[in-house]
Amino acid sequence: MIALQRRASPSRLMGYLAPVLALGCTLVAGLILFALLGVPVGLAFHAYFIEPISSVYGLSELAVKATPLVIIGVALSIGFRAQVWNIGAEGQLILGGITGAAVGLFFYEVDSWYVLPLMILASVLGGMVWAGVPALLKTRLGVNEILTSLMLTYVAALLLSWLVAGPMRDPDGFNFPESRLFHDAALLPRIVDGTRLHLGAVIALGIVVAGWLLLSRTLLGFALRVNGMAPKAGAHAGFSQTRLVWIALLMGGGCAGLAGLFEVAGPIGQLLPSISPGYGFTAIIVAFLGRLHPVGVLVAALIMALSYLGGESAQITLNLPLAVTGVFQGMLLFFLLAADVLINYSFVWTRKATQQVESL
Amino acid sequence: MNETLILTVLTIITAATPLVYAAIGELVVERSGVLNLGVEGMMLSGAVCSFATAHYTGSASLGILAGMLAGMLMALLFAFLTLTLQSSQVATGLALTLFGIGLTALIGQPLVGIAFGGLPSLDVPYLSQLPVVGPLLFSHDILVYGSFALVAAVAWFLNRSRAGLILRSIGDSHDAAHALGLRVIRVRYLATLFGGACAGIGGTYLSMVYTPMWVENMSAGRGWIALALVVFSIWQPGRLLLGAYLFGGISILQLHAQALGINVPAQLMSMLPYVTTILVLVLISRDRGRIQRNAPASIGQSFHPTT
Repeated sequence: MIALQRRASPSRLMGYLAPVLALGCTLVAGLILFALLGVPVGLAFHAYFIEPISSVYGLSELAVKATPLVIIGVALSIGFRAQVWNIGAEGQLILGGITGAAVGLFFYEVDSWYVLPLMILASVLGGMVWAGVPALLKTRLGVNEILTSLMLTYVAALLLSWLVAGPMRDPDGFNFPESRLFHDAALLPRIVDGTRLHLGAVIALGIVVAGWLLLSRTLLGFALRVNGMAPKAGAHAGFSQTRLVWIALLMGGGCAGLAGLFEVAGPIGQLLPSISPGYGFTAIIVAFLGRLHPVGVLVAALIMALSYLGGESAQITLNLPLAVTGVFQGMLLFFLLAADVLINYSFVWTRKATQQVESL
Repeated sequence: MNETLILTVLTIITAATPLVYAAIGELVVERSGVLNLGVEGMMLSGAVCSFATAHYTGSASLGILAGMLAGMLMALLFAFLTLTLQSSQVATGLALTLFGIGLTALIGQPLVGIAFGGLPSLDVPYLSQLPVVGPLLFSHDILVYGSFALVAAVAWFLNRSRAGLILRSIGDSHDAAHALGLRVIRVRYLATLFGGACAGIGGTYLSMVYTPMWVENMSAGRGWIALALVVFSIWQPGRLLLGAYLFGGISILQLHAQALGINVPAQLMSMLPYVTTILVLVLISRDRGRIQRNAPASIGQSFHPTT
């Protein structure tokens, strides 16, 4: 009989191996899924994992999709380390998109250098305000931040859909629920001609470095980590729980808002009823897959970006439903959580289930 | 006037019933010390599987059964990961919801756009003929009657039965319960499966009665609202019923606003249930002492007998 036995200390090796194991399992399960859907497995594999990244344009698209995931994933992983569960990043992203776009549209046809920085500032503030509500309610009243941040995501999505249909609708747009197209000064500069790769990708890399420095080289990063591992020890050391909750949520909100702006001022170029295919939720998976470490997040974001591209490519070439992407992402998180058991436990063979070891 | 009033109450019942099911199930799960944030995912699975089964077999009862089983299957996945493999309950619950949204969108692809006849209403003989009282109390479908019976049964189980006492003691201190020889993991498995079945039926009610059709991601946050309702109820079944009907009332307000001459854009009216959820959580938080007395003390913590 197989039983679980707690390790004397967590295994570092398994911490790195678990994501690899999970990816392998997801791949196998995915191929089985394709077979069940009646698609030739080889073709599906090629369409999903090879074709999207077999051209320069494909690789640039990978970076475009990974950009918001990296930006949000780094911030969320820092929050998760402190056991602050901000799962409303999608709503904060939408708010950042709205406030940033509002500034861009306010300065419509103002062709100056300061338009874009102002938009960036507005988007960060917008995301922070949206994350500030759960922070305020959590620290003042003890209200669970999971529920409030998630409820605000629905509110943000409805707000966006109202704004593009009403106050922010393009006056010359034949009543379509869309804003005006941004003018050049309100668009992010492209890095490579002929692709959609924009300045945001560079900033995302900067955020990875900043996140790594924060966690490993500053007292704040140490406080966040201690607070997550042993809240009582943190309190004893004089780290204010309230302050850490605020910082974790505002950081998440600010980064999500920034990612929202990079979407509307980058690949989209205007405000639409939907500005994100769930980047805010996928970033949660990215944070876990990346082991809550900024560099890991970067790698994980590229993998999840591929799942988006693969889904689109499989839809075009094999007529597979786009929902396959969501299934892949969910499966990956499940396998990862299951593989993580190996960090703290090892499997042992026992003749008989004893008192000490709960049988499987 | 009487007619519209009756109709309004009937819509409130239809909107509240899925919440009652999902929330009462989660209440039992949480009382056993498990926090399953995957209610939304389980509801969606119930919604799509029941709808598909009812559509292809033509049998509503088989549909309800399928919805229940689908919810339980998702709950089993959650239980295996959190109870056997000791994964984080928060992260696993989120995974269940994300996976559920994707999987149901995939399964439901061929079902989009098909309508369903709904459940037959079971009229109580003679009583349903009564004016006003008849349509309000004695002429509902089986799931509405069932929801009230379920809440009563859960209240009796938790407060009056020995098994309920065991479940609550495990939720309050799994270590003490284990020391007494109670089967912590087994009870939590059963509670989690019960929660899954209830969430599945809640989803079933959405796709077979409330809409009645399958739409991608159709639960639209109701699973999360159910989680908030459990907090609102301070883990008491009676208060939970009250809360679910309050939310039912608010969510149909948007349907009637136009008729009442309230000229607010539809999108802003649709925000009401979500904003109300936050307000309700704020209001209830002022009663912190009562929450602390009633909340299961070891909620969300993993249990392994060797630690």
